[in-house]
Amino acid sequence: MGERDSVTTRGGAAPTAGAYGSPASSLGSSGSYGLAGRGEGGANLADILERVLDKGVVIAGDIRINLLDIELLTIKLRLIVASVDKAKEMGIDWWEHDPSLSSRARTGVDGGGKAEVTGRDSREKAEVTGGENRETTE
Amino acid sequence: MTDGLRYAYAVVRDTGAPEAALDALTALEGVTGVADEPVYAVRHLGLAVLAGAVPAEDYDEGSLRKRLEDMAWLEKMARAHQRVVDTAGAESCVIPVRLATVCHGDEGLRRMLATGRERFASALDRLEGRVEWGVKAYATRPAAEEPPAGTADTADAADAPSTPNSPSTPNSPSTPGTPGAPGAPSTPSTPGTPGAMSGRDYLRRRKAQRQAAERRWGDTEEGARLVHDTLSGLAEQSRLHPPQDPRLSGISDRNVLNAAYLVRRQDSADFAERVGELAGRTPALRVELTGPWAPYSFTAMDETSGTEGESAGTDG
Repeated sequence: MGERDSVTTRGGAAPTAGAYGSPASSLGSSGSYGLAGRGEGGANLADILERVLDKGVVIAGDIRINLLDIELLTIKLRLIVASVDKAKEMGIDWWEHDPSLSSRARTGVDGGGKAEVTGRDSREKAEVTGGENRETTE
Repeated sequence: MTDGLRYAYAVVRDTGAPEAALDALTALEGVTGVADEPVYAVRHLGLAVLAGAVPAEDYDEGSLRKRLEDMAWLEKMARAHQRVVDTAGAESCVIPVRLATVCHGDEGLRRMLATGRERFASALDRLEGRVEWGVKAYATRPAAEEPPAGTADTADAADAPSTPNSPSTPNSPSTPGTPGAPGAPSTPSTPGTPGAMSGRDYLRRRKAQRQAAERRWGDTEEGARLVHDTLSGLAEQSRLHPPQDPRLSGISDRNVLNAAYLVRRQDSADFAERVGELAGRTPALRVELTGPWAPYSFTAMDETSGTEGESAGTDG
């Protein structure tokens, strides 16, 4: 993952866009950056999926694929929503207490069968962590 | 050939003369789409949609549905979609459409433009000259905070020099509550002086260690908030995304901030610089900047209207 990094590729392929090249070079000089450390544009699959699956204009094409219907969404929600629950578990939910942010943070997942998927994931998570706890504490 | 299936990537403004090539299309020279097909544009009503002809055996409803459930195929599709959108977006304002929007022929694409005309036009008005930057912050967890759970001194000694800055083990992200868990069994961290310390000293030391860990955790949260507040002030708009799952991102450090910022194109360098400053100021965090992206996270007018559109689509 990350080897075929499209952000980096695009940055290189578009030398005419001055605003695109310059931040990258200033980033490269900053050692505290994950970006610099990885030597990539950072377009991991999670970055891409959360944008192309979750964002962008939703408009009906002629081929009706309701992303919310299919198992893919379960994958997506398991990976994205599960993180929210995990974050809350770990106390990383400071945005939820901010009224200007809370609705944002919650939208897009509340509408689409979150409870079901979350429940499924919780069970899975419980199994996983249970197993790990046994392993690590004994 | 105007029949067959067309995969839509993004919508741009059609400003040029009919015979002039679109800027977005020029940028896409040599960049292929989800089916390795060349990307072309269909113009209609002052808009143009960037699209490609895709084979029916992969993209009609049944196949597409099945294919989307295949994670490897999904990844390939998502990366190709993103590559087209962001390559085009490097040159001009593009409004990405969601993954897997497929129409019948150029006529279908024109219908799509007509249907979404107002939304596309207003999004283009709002987002012209803007790009999206992604900023993520990860908690940099020092090795000392990982309860080694019964590991011997030798293990500590062996670990310390070899992995000074990579505290995370593959299992760590799915182990909840490890930092500072009060009841967790833990070995004394002073193997060299076992007998020299009184019980009270030991407890005091443990308390100090715990407090230090809590402060650091506080710094992480505070740091994430500080980063977000500061960058929101610099950006025209911001969106908070849920933290990323390590299984998908491949990054095991805790993701404590995952945000997108809408920044004017010419302010991008300044924005990136400020991100760098913030990264230097918050040692509890590792800050990662990605982009520039097409303004994916900002295509909806605001979150409320975006959600309504989504739920309406779901119900229908």
